[in-house]
Amino acid sequence: MLNKIFETLKIISLSKLTRIIVFSLFVIFLTLGLFESLLLSPEDYIQSDAVRIMYVHVPAAWISLGIFSFIAFLSLGIFIFKNKNFVIIAKSFAPSGLVFNLIALVTGSIWGKPTWGTWWAWDPRITSMLVLFLFYILYIASWRLFENDKAAKISSLVAIAGFVNVPIIKFSVDWWASLHQPSSVKILSETTIHSSMLTPLLLMTAAFALFSVLIFLMKYNIELIKIKTKGLDRL
Amino acid sequence: MNGYGLFVWSAFVFTLINFFGLYVIIYRQLIKENKKFELKFSHLEKIKYTEAYKQRTNQVLVSSNAAQKI
Repeated sequence: MLNKIFETLKIISLSKLTRIIVFSLFVIFLTLGLFESLLLSPEDYIQSDAVRIMYVHVPAAWISLGIFSFIAFLSLGIFIFKNKNFVIIAKSFAPSGLVFNLIALVTGSIWGKPTWGTWWAWDPRITSMLVLFLFYILYIASWRLFENDKAAKISSLVAIAGFVNVPIIKFSVDWWASLHQPSSVKILSETTIHSSMLTPLLLMTAAFALFSVLIFLMKYNIELIKIKTKGLDRL
Repeated sequence: MNGYGLFVWSAFVFTLINFFGLYVIIYRQLIKENKKFELKFSHLEKIKYTEAYKQRTNQVLVSSNAAQKI
């Protein structure tokens, strides 16, 4: 059953149509998102136009957290199911996760200057996001430093250990005094952000998610091709 | 942008540059690996070629030239 699903995923990821669809959707959502966030959405009554940085900063932070959580979940699956497909999928998601983490850190720093008066502060959320960035680097580095089977085990351990940091990032604004405000967009309770700002935020989040899927598909293809090339040697 | 243009534009431009950079890096890797695969596949002996072509993923890779997608 699991193998059938992975075989289908392989064929879908290798298909030309899949990537064209994802790429087209990404372009559409990004265009709409940029139009909404830079032109249509209102300025904030306190932060003025500086609030527009939120439309790249927040989605980048969400996606990087989501990807790392998914990698950690798959890494756990690697130890439980001993399935190599989990390894390839987790490895293929890492580059986009790292880049989104970097975008969140840098755009946060750019946003910090006009709002807090500083580029950097050792605030609990910023610090824990920096720790996540280091875990991403460790995860990717472990693939470069060790051989295949060893790398899979070590990188999985890094991802599982790094997952401890995820709830710290999420609840840091509630647990400690922080420069960050508590969450405005909530899944389980009422969202406190106005729809005129929520729309561009969701559009940009969709665009960023589609971009990470596109990069995943390309990277997954690379990994599959590498395996298939090795397979030809064994014939 | 009420004096915040430099901050807002630099944040957006930084994001888009990162997208472009990551896309180009991954795309180049994909082309490189695909070329390696095609080269090896085209140099296989006839019996091995038939054997390799039985695999569905190999068929997809060979028939659609995976790197020339987007």
